[in-house]
Amino acid sequence: MLDNLQILIAAPAVAVDLLIQGMFIGAIFALVAYGLALVWGVMNVKNLCQGDYVIVGGYIAYEVARSGINPILALPVAFVLMFMFGWVVYVAVIRRVVDRDMFTSLLATFGLALLIAQVLNLIFGPEVRTAEAGFGTFFMADGLIAIQWVRLISLGLAGALAFGIVLFMRHSRMGRAIRATAQDPRAARVLGVNTDQVYAFTYALNAAICGAAGVLVSLIWVIQPYFGIVYSIRAFVIVTAAGLGNLPGVILAGFGLGIAENMSAFLLGAEFAVAAVVSMLLIVLIYRQIQLYRVRQVVR
Amino acid sequence: MTSARTDGFIYAGLIAFGLVGPWLFPGYTNQIAVMWLMVLMASTWDIMGGQTGYNSLGNIAFFGIGMYASAVAQIALFYDVGEYTAAFGAIKVDFTDAQYFTGLALGLGLAGIVASIVSVLVGLCVFGLRGPYFAIGTLGVAVAMAELISGWEYVGGGGGISMPVFPGPAGASSLAFYAMFFVLAIVAHLFLRWLYSTQFGLALNAIRDDEDKAEAMGLHTLRYKLIGWAIAAFFMGMAGAVFGNMIGFIEPLEVAFPTTTFGIFMVAMALLGGKGTLWGPVLGAILFHVVKELTWTYLLDWQWVALGAIIVINIVYFQQGILGWAQDRWPSAFGLKVDEGGDGTTPAGAQEAAE
Repeated sequence: MLDNLQILIAAPAVAVDLLIQGMFIGAIFALVAYGLALVWGVMNVKNLCQGDYVIVGGYIAYEVARSGINPILALPVAFVLMFMFGWVVYVAVIRRVVDRDMFTSLLATFGLALLIAQVLNLIFGPEVRTAEAGFGTFFMADGLIAIQWVRLISLGLAGALAFGIVLFMRHSRMGRAIRATAQDPRAARVLGVNTDQVYAFTYALNAAICGAAGVLVSLIWVIQPYFGIVYSIRAFVIVTAAGLGNLPGVILAGFGLGIAENMSAFLLGAEFAVAAVVSMLLIVLIYRQIQLYRVRQVVR
Repeated sequence: MTSARTDGFIYAGLIAFGLVGPWLFPGYTNQIAVMWLMVLMASTWDIMGGQTGYNSLGNIAFFGIGMYASAVAQIALFYDVGEYTAAFGAIKVDFTDAQYFTGLALGLGLAGIVASIVSVLVGLCVFGLRGPYFAIGTLGVAVAMAELISGWEYVGGGGGISMPVFPGPAGASSLAFYAMFFVLAIVAHLFLRWLYSTQFGLALNAIRDDEDKAEAMGLHTLRYKLIGWAIAAFFMGMAGAVFGNMIGFIEPLEVAFPTTTFGIFMVAMALLGGKGTLWGPVLGAILFHVVKELTWTYLLDWQWVALGAIIVINIVYFQQGILGWAQDRWPSAFGLKVDEGGDGTTPAGAQEAAE
C-alpha cells in the first residue's frame, strides 16, 4: 500500500492518469445513478436491479460486436430494447409494488436482479466479456498517461445522453408530467396526468438509460452476469451522497466515486476495490442518517 | 397462537420426522440437514425482520463469520493457519479424533460468540438507519465482509480453506452434522418461543409498531435491537460453523457469504410462511426447501431462474405469507380478537393488526 503511495508522490502523472481514468468510469456511474434517482424520486421505488439492466445492456453490445458491427452502434439498439424491457417489467412487477412499503419494492427488485443475473448466466455463461470497438490509444506525458480513444468517445456519448435526457425532462410534455408526478402524484392525477403511464414511462426510461450505460461499460470495461449488484450499490452510493433531484450533485458524486474507486484500487490493491465501494456506501448512509437525525430533532 | 394441543402435535410430528428422516431417506440426509438450516435461518431472520421490523438483507454475514471463526479456531489449535491456508489444501493435517472433536466443539462455541460480537459492533453503526436504508446498509455489510475476507490472505483469500476431515466413515459424518443442525434448529425454535413470550418479545414488537413512541415510553430501543440481533447472529454463526464442516471446503463468495442465495432465501422463506409469527418461518422454510429441491430435480439448469421467479411472485402477490393469510381468514383459530364494533371488523383491519 505504502509503495503505491510513494509512486503517486514521485510521479504525479500517474495520479493524473488515475484521475482521468476514474472520470471516464465515473461518467457511466453518474448515468446509472441518474436513472436510479429518477425512479426513486418519481415513484419512490428503490430499484436494486439497476446494475443488472446495465449488464443486460452490456450483453446487447457484446452480441452486436460479435455479429461484426461496431458496438458503439449498439447504443440506440440497447436504448430501445431496454426501454421495452423496462416497460414489461413495470407492468409485470413494479406496478404492483409502487404503492406498497419500500421494503417490498426493494425486495422485489432484488429478486428481479437475481432472476436477470441467472438468465444471463444461462445464456452467456459465467465468463468475463468485453465488446471490442477497435480504436487506438494516444499517450501523453511520456507514455505515463494512456488514453484510449474509445474511453473518450464513451465519455462524450454519456455526456450527450445525459444532456438529451435533461432537455427531454425540461421541455417535453412527458418530461413535465414526470416532474409534476414527482412533486405531487395526487395533484397530478387530479389535473389529468395519467400517473400509471408516467410511472411506466419513467421506469422504462430508467432501464433504457441503464442499458445505454451498459453498452459503454462493455466498451471500456468488462461485463459478467454477476457484476450487476456492484453497479446497483454504486448507484445507491451516488444517489444517497448527492440527494434526490440534485442532478449536478449526481454528476459530481459519480465522477468522485469513479476517481475514489480507481485510487483505492491502486492504493489498496484491486482485490479490495469492491470492498472500498461498499464501505463508501456504509459511510455515506451513516453520515446521511446523522444529518437526518439532526434535522429531525430541529423540525419535530 | 395456536392452542397448546395442536402445538404439541406439530412438535411431536417435527421431532419424529427429524429423528426418523435420515433413516427413512438415507440418500437425502444432507438435504434434510439443509432443511433444518433453512428453518434456523428463517426463524432467526424473523427476530429482526418480523418481530422488530428491521428488514435485514445482511444476516448472512454472521453465517460466514461463524464459518470462518470456527475454521480458524479448529486449525489454529494445532497448526499455523497462515501456513495451512497458503498451501491451498496441499498440506493434509491428520487431526486425531480427540483433536478434531475439541477443535469442533471450541470452533462451534467461538463461532457463535464471534458472530455475536461482530453483530453488536456492526449494529452500533447500522441501527441508526431506518426502513429501506437499513436493508441496503446491511446488504452492504454482507457484501463488504465477503470482499474483505476474499482479500485476506491469512484465511486463504478467495482460494478458501479446506476444513479438517471428519474422522470415521462418510455416513457417520453426515449423520453427525445432520444431528447438529437438527438440535440447533429445535433449540433455536424453543428459545425463540420462550423469548417472544417474555417482556423482551413485547419490547421488540413495540419497536416494530412505533419506534419513536417506544423510545418515548422509556424503552432503551438500541439495546433491545442490539440484543435481538446478537441472538440471531449467535445462531447464524453456529449454523455457519456446522455448515462449513459439513461442506468440508469453505470459500468466501459462494459458501460463506452467499448473499444472493441463502441471504435472500431466508427473507423469502420468512415472508412465504408469514413474517412476525413463530411458526411462519418454519412453515415457509420447509415449503421453500421442498420446492427448491423439486425444481433442482426437474428443471436442471433453470432452477435458479425458477427460484428467482418464485421469490418475486411471493413478494409481489403474496406478501402476507401463508400464516398471515390464514390469520386473516380465521382470526379466531389464532386467538386473535377481532374488534366487534367500529373499524376493526373488516378483514383489512385484521390484516393491519397481523402485519
